[in-house]
Amino acid sequence: MPDLRPDPDALLASLKREERRARRGQLKVFFGMSPGVGKTYAMLRAAQQELREGVDLVVGIVETHGRAETEALLAGLPVIPRKEIAHRDIKLTEMDLEAILARRPRLVLVDEFAHTNAPGSRHPKRYQDVVELLDAGIDVFTTLNVQHLESRADAVRQITGVTVHETVPDSVFELADQIELVDLTPEALRERLAEGKVYLADRAAAAADAFFKDTNLTALRELALRFVAERVDKRLRELRGASPLKTIWRSGERLLVAVGPSPSSTQLVRWTRRMAAAQGAAWIAVSVESSRPVEGEAQRRLEKNLALARELGAEVVVTHDDDVAGALVRVALQQNATQIVVGKSRSPRWRDALRGGNLVDQLLRQSGPIDIYVVPAERAAEKPVAWLDWRPAEASPGREYGEVLAVLAGLTFASWFIVPFAGYLSVGLLYLLAVVALSLRVGRGPVLAAGVVSALTWNFLFIPPIFTFVIGKFEDGVMFGTYFIVALIAGQLTARIRAQERHERRREDRATALFRLTQALSAARTLDDAVFAALRQSDALFAAQSALLLGDGGAGLTPHFAGSFTLTEKERGVADWAWRNRRKAGRFTDTLPSAEGLYLPLVREDAAVGVLVVRVAPDAALSLAQRDLAESFATQLALVVEREQLRAAGEREKLLDESEKLHRALLDGVSHELKTPLAVLDAAVENLATADEATRSVLAGEIRTATRRLNRLVNNLLDQTRLESGALRPRLDWCDAHDLLNAALDGVRESLADHPFESALPADLPLFRADAALTEQVIANLLLNAALHTPAGTPIFLAAGVDLARSRIFFTVADRGPGLPAAMRERLFQKFQRGDAARAGGLGLGLSIIRGFVAAQGGEVVAGENPGGGAVFTVYLPFTPHGKVPTE
Amino acid sequence: MTAGGANPEVLLIDDEVQIRRLLRLTLEAAGYRVREAENGALGLNEAAVARPDAVILDLSLPDLSGLDVLRRLREWSQLPVLILSVRGGEADKIAALDAGADDYLTKPFGGGELLARMRVLLRRAQPASELSVVRFADVEVDFAKRTVTKDGTDLHLTAKEYALLRLLLQHRGKVVTHRQLLRDLWGPTHEQDTHYLRVHMANLRKKLETTPDQPAFLKTESGIGYRFAAGD
Repeated sequence: MPDLRPDPDALLASLKREERRARRGQLKVFFGMSPGVGKTYAMLRAAQQELREGVDLVVGIVETHGRAETEALLAGLPVIPRKEIAHRDIKLTEMDLEAILARRPRLVLVDEFAHTNAPGSRHPKRYQDVVELLDAGIDVFTTLNVQHLESRADAVRQITGVTVHETVPDSVFELADQIELVDLTPEALRERLAEGKVYLADRAAAAADAFFKDTNLTALRELALRFVAERVDKRLRELRGASPLKTIWRSGERLLVAVGPSPSSTQLVRWTRRMAAAQGAAWIAVSVESSRPVEGEAQRRLEKNLALARELGAEVVVTHDDDVAGALVRVALQQNATQIVVGKSRSPRWRDALRGGNLVDQLLRQSGPIDIYVVPAERAAEKPVAWLDWRPAEASPGREYGEVLAVLAGLTFASWFIVPFAGYLSVGLLYLLAVVALSLRVGRGPVLAAGVVSALTWNFLFIPPIFTFVIGKFEDGVMFGTYFIVALIAGQLTARIRAQERHERRREDRATALFRLTQALSAARTLDDAVFAALRQSDALFAAQSALLLGDGGAGLTPHFAGSFTLTEKERGVADWAWRNRRKAGRFTDTLPSAEGLYLPLVREDAAVGVLVVRVAPDAALSLAQRDLAESFATQLALVVEREQLRAAGEREKLLDESEKLHRALLDGVSHELKTPLAVLDAAVENLATADEATRSVLAGEIRTATRRLNRLVNNLLDQTRLESGALRPRLDWCDAHDLLNAALDGVRESLADHPFESALPADLPLFRADAALTEQVIANLLLNAALHTPAGTPIFLAAGVDLARSRIFFTVADRGPGLPAAMRERLFQKFQRGDAARAGGLGLGLSIIRGFVAAQGGEVVAGENPGGGAVFTVYLPFTPHGKVPTE
Repeated sequence: MTAGGANPEVLLIDDEVQIRRLLRLTLEAAGYRVREAENGALGLNEAAVARPDAVILDLSLPDLSGLDVLRRLREWSQLPVLILSVRGGEADKIAALDAGADDYLTKPFGGGELLARMRVLLRRAQPASELSVVRFADVEVDFAKRTVTKDGTDLHLTAKEYALLRLLLQHRGKVVTHRQLLRDLWGPTHEQDTHYLRVHMANLRKKLETTPDQPAFLKTESGIGYRFAAGD
């Protein structure tokens, strides 16, 4: 049994961090992939919100770079003037740290976390200023790009070729209590760039074009997204506290092994595992998927190799790149790997030379500080990737070949008339033009076909002697040869560019899909919402049906209702296996591959919290990339499930607190509301005996009013209790709207006396099924509310109708009163919420009861603005027409 | 009426002494004689011994439920019973009405309303079927001839409409539950088909009432049934 007790030191560190946090200010970082995504903007928006909530905040330093939108947001925020620092002959301005510390606000905005201060400032780096502010107990908002993170700077340089000098140590970034990811798609960013909305410092301007390439942006975005996701993961682990990491690596070494489909890869994996064990290091198995799909046997072998790696304890990463060496280095940098293990290449020397060196040479050139291990293969090495692969990466449709032939035929026909004036060499150039032009439109196969066909046609029809394939002159021979090669290169280039494009697109799609998912998950308010959103995205993304099973406290799996299909008994068995063994199973895997779906366990540290099932049609398949993405989905879902569990634990505490507060409110409210009419009754009755005739009738009126009020109050309390105890069982019955309105009006006639009342019920309003007593009360309460909350003399309207399209009937009560403040509308239907303009009286239960009664009947109630002033409440109830009524 | 003479006697079965005291005050002022019982068993005993003209029965009693008291009473007596109930107790009300109660009042209620109900209840003690002609507003219903006229002109009512009207008139002033109406008109298999009633009632109102949207006579008791409001 491995020792899974928490490490006391780790626990202590975690406690200390908590303690420090208690005294420290809170740090919130607005984090983005590159300049121009709108971090400063997002920060200022957040600050405006804080300001509205009355937080004492100041702007320490914010660079608006003259952007109008940003400047508009800055307006109204108190700014601490910058300090001027004379450095040699120039005057520089920096944030005035001393002034802020003296002012001691709750919150300070500090733009550009990674900034380097002018010489002569208190600290050389701005993040050190921030640390001092935090130490002083001041909250800080700041902004940061992923490239300024020390651990990511190398990866960024790899991606963009730009060396970043201003970096922030990860340990400082770890101080952040909250990270807000500011995300923007590469297209949107480029658009902003084109519109001149992105500020670039002079020295950055030169590098900007290279930096803002779509490919770079996609990669940076992925980097940023992954970083934030990882960090969330880490925070969770800390939060969990009691459950320690399963393995603590002895050394800082991390090994990375490149895994391919060849059998020698299996040896490579085992070798790396031995090596890792010997060094006490963590290890990662990386498979680089190129744009050319791996199929059949090779695919199965690749998966087996990866499965083996996983089994032996490696973290498996699947990435996508045509440049294998580049991809390996990129992953190594991202994962902080210190050693890369590859197999020895057995491909012929001449081919390596043509490709700019074999994999090992390329790795050696790109890897920088990373060690490279080359392990000789014992048996046949992996089938080398052909340099010039004539097999089309993606079969071009016959249509493209047709297109090529049509163009060439047309051109040949036209050339027949041109050749007497222009000569056959010009015709050759025209053909070349056509081939190059075609390469922009059609795939590699058709382009190559165009090259061959046009060359032969040119030779046969135009190069003298014509109508033979013989070439008479030496120059013509050179011409023809050159032509042929140019056409081939054009074809090859096209193919590469397209593959690259496809690849970029796929990567971009993946990043976007992941982002959408994280966004949807963070927006979801409940676990059910999150699961629902994730499953629907999975359905759409994989053109599949998805389902989720959640573990119920160890005993078994329960399907979540949001799944788009139901599992059969047999499939449930597969899910169970995946859950118990914490390994994926089903189709596309080694375990139970005959199952209909792919089963991915939601693994959290030491247990699986559930299983995600993705089922595609039997004739469809999921590519490796899609499966990789599905696994990311599972990981994200696992995070959400765990977050929910942790939250639920915290919630219980809070709930106790809340309910205590609610009780107090109830007690205060009820005692006040009950005592007032009771006091009136008491006083009135006391005076009754001695009063004269006139006073007596006044007193009788008071008594009547007080008893009504008491009655209403008690009824409301009873109704609320009925609702909350779940004792409310609506008795559905066919109802006539006119009857209901009449009954409701009977109850509130006196209260409505001060208001002109108008009702517009269509004479042919059909019957609907509802609980008559509840609905009558709903209408009565709405009318009463309108009467109580609007000035005397203002009209009240009631209307009703049927919305056949959505199968519902509605009642609308509108008034011309002060209306509903937007801020109020959200909590309107909660218990004990009283209108701000409410007259004395009422516990604020009316609307809560209305909503409860309507919801109990399967309907909803909506509050809105009356055009022209006032409030509108609309009650929707389900509507189905009644069956036939026998006439006799 | 009993031999006691002109003043009818009412039995109050309610456990709340204050309610009993107040009801006694109201009823005696209107000329009734009043007996009281503070629980169901005593109430049944009183009813058997004193043979009152009507019973006012609270549905929530300490010993037996009001419904039980009513059922036992109905085993041997048809004397008029008025139920007292609270809001939200619709199901209890309907059960009581279906078990043979004649009418109900929802607490809290006014004295005037109570007396009006009592008048109807006691008048009802005379068999309504003996009436051959009923008039209300400008409508005349002749049970013998099975004709209905409004403002002197003949109204054509369908057989079901006529049956519905007759049933309500026979119990005029008193609530008749949906179940009773449906069972009488369409048979026990249609007890849930309240839409039959709604449709026929709407037609009947259009024919008889001056303002069918706000009927003066054919009143709806929300969730319970219908009542023909006695004009007199």
